[in-house]
Amino acid sequence: MSAAEGQQHPISVYLWIWGLLFVLSGFSYMVDYLQLQGYLRWSLILLFMFLKAGFIVAIFMHMAWERMALITAILLPPIALLFFIAFMAIEGDYIFAVREFIFSIVDFVPQSPHH
Amino acid sequence: MASEAIAGTAETRVGSIVNDWSDDKQTFHVPWGKAMMWIFLLSDTFIFSCFLIGYMHVRITSTIPWPNPSEVFALSFGGEPIPLILIAIMTFVLITSSGTMAMAVNFGYRRNKKATVLLMAATALLGVMFVGMQAFEWTKLIVDEGVRPWGNPMGAPQFGAAFFMITGFHGMHVSAGVIYLSIIANRVRRGDYDKKGNYETVEIAGLYWHFVDLVWVFIFAFFYLW
Repeated sequence: MSAAEGQQHPISVYLWIWGLLFVLSGFSYMVDYLQLQGYLRWSLILLFMFLKAGFIVAIFMHMAWERMALITAILLPPIALLFFIAFMAIEGDYIFAVREFIFSIVDFVPQSPHH
Repeated sequence: MASEAIAGTAETRVGSIVNDWSDDKQTFHVPWGKAMMWIFLLSDTFIFSCFLIGYMHVRITSTIPWPNPSEVFALSFGGEPIPLILIAIMTFVLITSSGTMAMAVNFGYRRNKKATVLLMAATALLGVMFVGMQAFEWTKLIVDEGVRPWGNPMGAPQFGAAFFMITGFHGMHVSAGVIYLSIIANRVRRGDYDKKGNYETVEIAGLYWHFVDLVWVFIFAFFYLW
């Protein structure tokens, strides 16, 4: 990569990825249109999502051609988000369970404060 | 050293990290603006992630069923309502704009000024189209369906808060991107980058635009399809 000309790649690469993104978006939409449900739905949504995100970052944003120092500096920090997501999902499940329990107690009607 | 890192084996690529980070002068061998744009986009990633994680949390904790986005965002053109059709069209518009932007960057590096300006203008126009459709969607939801940030007739009251925050923040990014692209396209037209001798600024603007498309991929998957 010469510093003067920057990221130069054949136009065909972009056209291929462009087409592929269209096809993948079509697939994503079909998941909803065909009303697929349950784990099949969720895994297909995630699969098409990660493929699209990967192609956009790698090809359109030229990450595939950058140096490792930049790739790691940008792509490694978001791994922290996976822990954030896991923590909030676990905590969310707990809160849901508590709410289900509390709201099922008939006496618990927090409308008029006593004392 | 640069060509070695690109074409090299895994071992030399790891070696290039050590070399780059122990360099006295600079770590990222890219233009300053490009490194800064990437770091800005990384911070933006965390902001959007916070919104999406917040949305996940209120959806998990709600004891009232979440409104079915497939039905909420259905649109009928005289006949049967087609599920999620407007959102699908918006997705295709944004992907098309990402394609035109990628081509603009490419033609910039080829020193084809006219094609670069035209493709950037097309990108900005598609962005305007996207925001227009979003305005239509918001109007429909607020006026016809009675969705508010604090409640809605379809189910869990948090639906509106999550929807307006997430799509609103994204729409703001698209609008800012349209202005940003218009400014840079005008500079290309004026010949600023011929004088400067490089078209890196167009690529940096492209990074921002692709990021906006990237965020939409996640919003589409988690908010509309899930």
